[in-house]
Amino acid sequence: MAITVEEIFETASMILYQNLDIRTTTLGINLKDCVHSNFKTFKKKIYDKVAGEGTRLIREAKKLELKYGIPIVNKRIAVTPVSLIMEAHATKVKFLEMAKVLDRAAQKAGIDFIGGFGGLCQKGLSKSDQVLIESLPQVLSRTKRVCGFLNVGSTTSGMNLDAINLLGPMLKSTARKTKNAVGCAKFVVLVNAPEDNPFMAGSFHGVGEPDMVLNVGISGPGVVRSVVEKNQDCDLTQLSEVIKRTVFKITRAGELIGRELAKNLKIPFGIVDISLASTTAEGDSVAKVLEAFGIESVGAHGTTLAVALLMDAVKKGGAMASANVGGLSGTFIPISEDKGMIEAVKRGSLSLDKLESLTGVCSVGLDMVAIPGNTPESTINAIIADELAIGIINNKTTAARILPIPGKKAGDKVDLGGLLGTAIVMPINKYSAEKFMLRGGRLPAPITSLRN
Amino acid sequence: MKKELSFITVIGKDKKGIVAKISNLLYKNNINIEDISQKVMEGFFVMAMLVETSGYKKPQANISKELEKIGKELGLKIQIQHENIFKKMHRV
Repeated sequence: MAITVEEIFETASMILYQNLDIRTTTLGINLKDCVHSNFKTFKKKIYDKVAGEGTRLIREAKKLELKYGIPIVNKRIAVTPVSLIMEAHATKVKFLEMAKVLDRAAQKAGIDFIGGFGGLCQKGLSKSDQVLIESLPQVLSRTKRVCGFLNVGSTTSGMNLDAINLLGPMLKSTARKTKNAVGCAKFVVLVNAPEDNPFMAGSFHGVGEPDMVLNVGISGPGVVRSVVEKNQDCDLTQLSEVIKRTVFKITRAGELIGRELAKNLKIPFGIVDISLASTTAEGDSVAKVLEAFGIESVGAHGTTLAVALLMDAVKKGGAMASANVGGLSGTFIPISEDKGMIEAVKRGSLSLDKLESLTGVCSVGLDMVAIPGNTPESTINAIIADELAIGIINNKTTAARILPIPGKKAGDKVDLGGLLGTAIVMPINKYSAEKFMLRGGRLPAPITSLRN
Repeated sequence: MKKELSFITVIGKDKKGIVAKISNLLYKNNINIEDISQKVMEGFFVMAMLVETSGYKKPQANISKELEKIGKELGLKIQIQHENIFKKMHRV
């Protein structure tokens, strides 16, 4: 037998006992060819394309799940930034209608989330971007599956503070319109947003992408934790080595599924995103990996080093496994969806400040962070701007997904339901940056952007 | 004809009749057993069966379900996976 029983047992245990799965297969669809001056025709073209391709995705993905005995947890769709295709129809009413069309098309195909309801405004806001932002509270509260995003900066363009200043009010309005602010869970603001990220809510089909493309996101916190636990006594170099080898294996599984699924769909294979994706499942937690390193509770001093080690090892193992590593590939950790993270917030060991500093060594970001509902809008804008400034200066993707929970104060527990998990409202700094934020304008591109 | 190889993995406690039940099912479905090996690891009895499935004409879901059924009867985890996933994960 070319493969040994030990190797077969290792793979089987990863799937059966350590939550190894393919976290997402995301089909990117170009919608620019659907644009039409007649809005009714435009909507119909979009519905037919999204529902049709989505149905094919689900059918083919299910076949591969059976063939390889590995679950593909999410099958999703990312589309061309909607702000771009709506430029000739930029009214709030039409944006909401378009969101409903995407929502229905996704439902018809059996897709749980569809990304791309957003815009690229790193240098400035188009009229369409502005109307889209105004429509977001309605869109996020009146559709189930549509995810919004905004790219408000890049290392080569700088950061658009005027766009960020629209987000505090938008998020608070969305929060008021949905139970426990869950509408805000469907919106991410980013800088240096990758055009091929398969993970929601920040997924969209970039303008540099082909007509259709298949991107894959792997999983694996449970698998990495298990291997770390088996290696209690090794030093940091050896620890990096064992993580690297494990991530190599799980990335290869992702790449196999991605390539074959793309081939069966007769479209190009895009990327494997090697971010370790946490879920609410027991053991499927990045925080627990870090705690298995020897950190008592995530957020303790030493956590930044632990994340730095983990992410570097993950990238090295992933890069060896696939020539197509892309997307975020930096672990954007949703706090409410990661049991270990929530426990750490409850214990008081993990703060907003520490999360922000972790962004320095990976893309932890501020993902699914609940804050008090009475946080001033300008403070929400400032929290976002701080997080994103790290990305601009360090030439990497950073992002924020923030939920100001109406009527809740720091320490309160909020059940967000299902995949979104449970959040503990985090305390925020009570001092204001309002005057600074009101200056508006654009943070100039940093000196590191001048590379030519 | 090109060989289509898959692994059937059995994990649990060793029992009488495991091989008999599985091989009977495979025989009825025109699936050939190419190799079998087994070992006790981390307290688990693990058996891996390399099978050739090009003679099997029904949808994959059927055989997966039948194997699962035998697994339930015997209190074991049984699954079938195409060999490529093991090759990709364990060979550079």
